[in-house]
Amino acid sequence: MPLTQEITNRLKQIVGSGNVLTNREDLIPYSFDGTAALQCMPDCIVFARSTEEVAAVLRLANTASLPVVTRGSGTGLSGGSVPCPDGLVLCLTKMGRILEVDKANLTLLAEAGATTQAISDAALQAGLFYPPDPGSMKISTIGGNVAENSGGLRGLKYGVTRNYVMGLEVVLADGETVWTGNKCVKDVAGYTLRDLFIGSEGTLGVITKVLLKLIPVPPARQTLLAVFSQMDQAAQTVSDIIAAQIIPCTLEFLDRTTIKCVEDFAKVGLPLDCEALLLMETDGHPAAVQEEASRMAEIARENGSTDVRIARDQAEATRLSTARRSAFSALARLSPTTILEDATVPRSELATMIRFVQATALKYQLRIGTFGHMGDGNLHPTFLTDERNKDEMHRVEQAFEAIFAEALRLGGTITGEHGIGLSKKSFLPKAVGDAQMRVMRELRHALDPKGILNPGKMFD
Amino acid sequence: MAQSAPVDSRPSHLKGLDYSVLQQCMHCGLCLPTCPTYDATKTERHSPRGRISLMRAIADDRLEVTRVFADEMYFCLGCLACMTACPAGVNYAELFEHARAEVEETRLLSSPRRNLIRLIAIRWLFMDLQRLELVGRLIRLYQELGLQGLLRRSGLLRLLPKRLQELEALTPKIQPRFTADLVGQVTPALGPRKYRVAFLSGCAQDLIFSDINRDTVEVLARNGCEVFTPHDQHCCGSLHAHNGEWELAKILARKQIDQFPPEEFDAIISNAGGCGSHLKHYEKILKDDLKYRDRARLWDRKLKDIHEWIAAIGLHPPHTGHPMTVTYHESCHLAHGQKIVQQPRDLLRMIPNLRLVELAESSWCCGSAGIYNLVQPEMADQLLHRKLGHIRSTGACTVASANPGCLLQLINGARKEGLALRVVHPVTMLAEAYRQEGCPG
Ligand SMILES: Cc1cc2nc3c(=O)[nH]c(=O)nc-3n(C[C@H](O)[C@H](O)[C@H](O)COP(=O)(O)OP(=O)(O)OC[C@H]3O[C@@H](n4cnc5c(N)ncnc54)[C@H](O)[C@@H]3O)c2cc1C
Ligand code: SF4
Ligand code: SF4
Repeated sequence: MPLTQEITNRLKQIVGSGNVLTNREDLIPYSFDGTAALQCMPDCIVFARSTEEVAAVLRLANTASLPVVTRGSGTGLSGGSVPCPDGLVLCLTKMGRILEVDKANLTLLAEAGATTQAISDAALQAGLFYPPDPGSMKISTIGGNVAENSGGLRGLKYGVTRNYVMGLEVVLADGETVWTGNKCVKDVAGYTLRDLFIGSEGTLGVITKVLLKLIPVPPARQTLLAVFSQMDQAAQTVSDIIAAQIIPCTLEFLDRTTIKCVEDFAKVGLPLDCEALLLMETDGHPAAVQEEASRMAEIARENGSTDVRIARDQAEATRLSTARRSAFSALARLSPTTILEDATVPRSELATMIRFVQATALKYQLRIGTFGHMGDGNLHPTFLTDERNKDEMHRVEQAFEAIFAEALRLGGTITGEHGIGLSKKSFLPKAVGDAQMRVMRELRHALDPKGILNPGKMFD
Repeated sequence: MAQSAPVDSRPSHLKGLDYSVLQQCMHCGLCLPTCPTYDATKTERHSPRGRISLMRAIADDRLEVTRVFADEMYFCLGCLACMTACPAGVNYAELFEHARAEVEETRLLSSPRRNLIRLIAIRWLFMDLQRLELVGRLIRLYQELGLQGLLRRSGLLRLLPKRLQELEALTPKIQPRFTADLVGQVTPALGPRKYRVAFLSGCAQDLIFSDINRDTVEVLARNGCEVFTPHDQHCCGSLHAHNGEWELAKILARKQIDQFPPEEFDAIISNAGGCGSHLKHYEKILKDDLKYRDRARLWDRKLKDIHEWIAAIGLHPPHTGHPMTVTYHESCHLAHGQKIVQQPRDLLRMIPNLRLVELAESSWCCGSAGIYNLVQPEMADQLLHRKLGHIRSTGACTVASANPGCLLQLINGARKEGLALRVVHPVTMLAEAYRQEGCPG
């Protein structure tokens, strides 16, 4: 049902007229997210400032059968917060308070619109550590992180967002509010509904508060940069480190094209005359850190690394990981449109996958930059193209299909962390199979019978 | 349908821009947390990514230049923090100048008052600095004769509308002597001459901070530069370009190049962050002017910010200095526009006994932003308050900054909030240290 004047007025009554935007100039900036070449104009933007407002907005939308797209900071990379036709966008950026840091239970409670950075800072201020650090952490919201189950640079050792969510406050499609989870380390009372909402991409409910687990700050850390003259040497190094049962916190990969772009932007002194770099970080007890660092350096050299550099101090280590976080956006320096993918394979298959990606780019005559969380087996092959060039865009699609097929063949998945959203919708049935598709449909229907929450995303 | 970029005969327009400049933004959002107007509103229209999407919509004919768009382009501070943050290398400065030029051409914002102000300020005062100087002399007379104090005490000012009262309070103290009275046309190098440089004395800088100009020339001379400072200088045109007056900006650029032939100097020096940021892009401004284009390129290469130049030629370190704690506020156009971040700090650290404490959010706009504080007082005040809070928590009694707009904003802010704060240009601190040393040996 399209948005009527009456509904707009009621929305204004709920959140205040300044928090309902309908001007064309206000809508255009919300017609896309971080995903390339996807856009759709919303009818209306609504900012909620409390759980109660979210609940009232959903009650109204549910009664009127109005599509609602929940949005954090719009950095998603699968089109999850791209508006639906005739729908409203419910934006949570004005709900950004950190509500509590509980040092006795090592937890942090925040509103869903708080940025990942604010959470990380608040934890550090209390002498604690929130590990998940997606490349977008400066601005991505914790609600978005939970809804996408985002990873980051430290996923290898510390896991992804899911591993830190202890509880969630969620408003359901009909406006009812539920709390799922608590500060207890153990809890088996009923289904763990909390886990259902993690990675649900705004299709099952609107997350309004997040209770997170914090851990002690590791006392020592060491950052290394290994330089390679061939990409598959870097991939093999990662496979060998894992096989040697070393679990560093970070093993990030950058290829030549990415290195050049990142260095152009960040000017941190990356070597430009190599084919690949591995950014490796280990943290923990000082003695263990020393030991792990030297073993990783050894394995890198055994695989042909021409140089292994050690960050002089924490400041340099931070500069390097900050530079790495800019990789995706920095690649956009080279072409009008940058489309990245998120293929993930078991870590023993990394070298095979990297070679396949290279061969595919060659076959379809495409420019490509590859980087990724190699320690997680998660690669981001990024095509550098121009969305106005229809012919090339067609080849990009073909290349992606080939890469996905190969990832699945190797026992991997079509998306490690960016989610399905709009852009990977057509690949989902193949990746998960009929039975899982049926269960997911039934689940979604049970929670959102009218289908108002992010319709058209993930699956129809 | 490849390359369907819309064309427009007017190169100053968004449609006349190379489409790739608009397309460069891949809407990743990494610039959002550094944008003061987004931070304050959490609304995308007031973010770099949102503004760029509106500009692109105009270029694509999905949006007309509307009143809302026009207002938005003037709600943007033009602080360029988004350019520093953007890994994709989006040239926001260029987009922004084109957008404002297009807004001006549509006359959407035109009102008798705004037109009069623009006529007086942009088209009259700042096109001929002798007029500006004359006005400066009149205000000085008003201040010197004690009329200002008298009026302020009399309460008569309270009869003025609130906004005018506030503006009156902002009138800067005009210097008793302008640059031309303080600095000769040619200042010889102290000791052997190593370089020959030209010095641009600026407009606001000249009226309100002529002492900083004197200090700049002294510092240059002390470091082996012969300094050419002609007395009848022109405005650099940054005010015009940032306010959508491209043609006037071109006229002024040509005048500058005529007055300071770039081939005759080792460097052309500016000491105001905002001016320098504009002055370094004459080639872009004059790219269609076959006669001036090549010299404009040379000009851009020769143009140096004072800190940049001093760092490049190697500063002669002073031997002594008063013990003091200083913090440094970065001018947006020095930090984000010119990417000069380290040199002013290094310069301050060279002064003996000076302790430099870092300022939180040092490169966050103070709200001055050209004439922003006059046209968007609310946002500007919010930013100023935030800045002063950070300055307070450093515990420093002195804040250094390298742009006249910032200096004025901070002086006024400190006065308003009752903060005992010395606001100075880094070069002044250096000049004072040299003076304390006495005659150079
Ligand atoms: C430069 C860059 C680097 C990135 N690096 C990484 C990375 O390293 N690892 C990684 O995993 N991802 C990464 N991403 C992807 C993206 O940042 C994450 O998916 C992030 O979690 C999205 O957060 P957001 O606040 O922007 O959410 P949005 O993009 O606004 O929304 C994402 C999805 O979550 C839903 N959603 C948002 N908030 C809520 C809520 N409160 N309740 C219910 N549903 C909600 C939306 O409907 C949408 O489906 C990167 C993106 C960019 C642009
Ligand atoms: S301007 Fe740069 S940082 Fe901002 S959204 Fe666009 S590409 Fe990203
Ligand atoms: S110039 Fe400043 S105010 Fe304008 S969009 Fe960029 S960061 Fe925001």
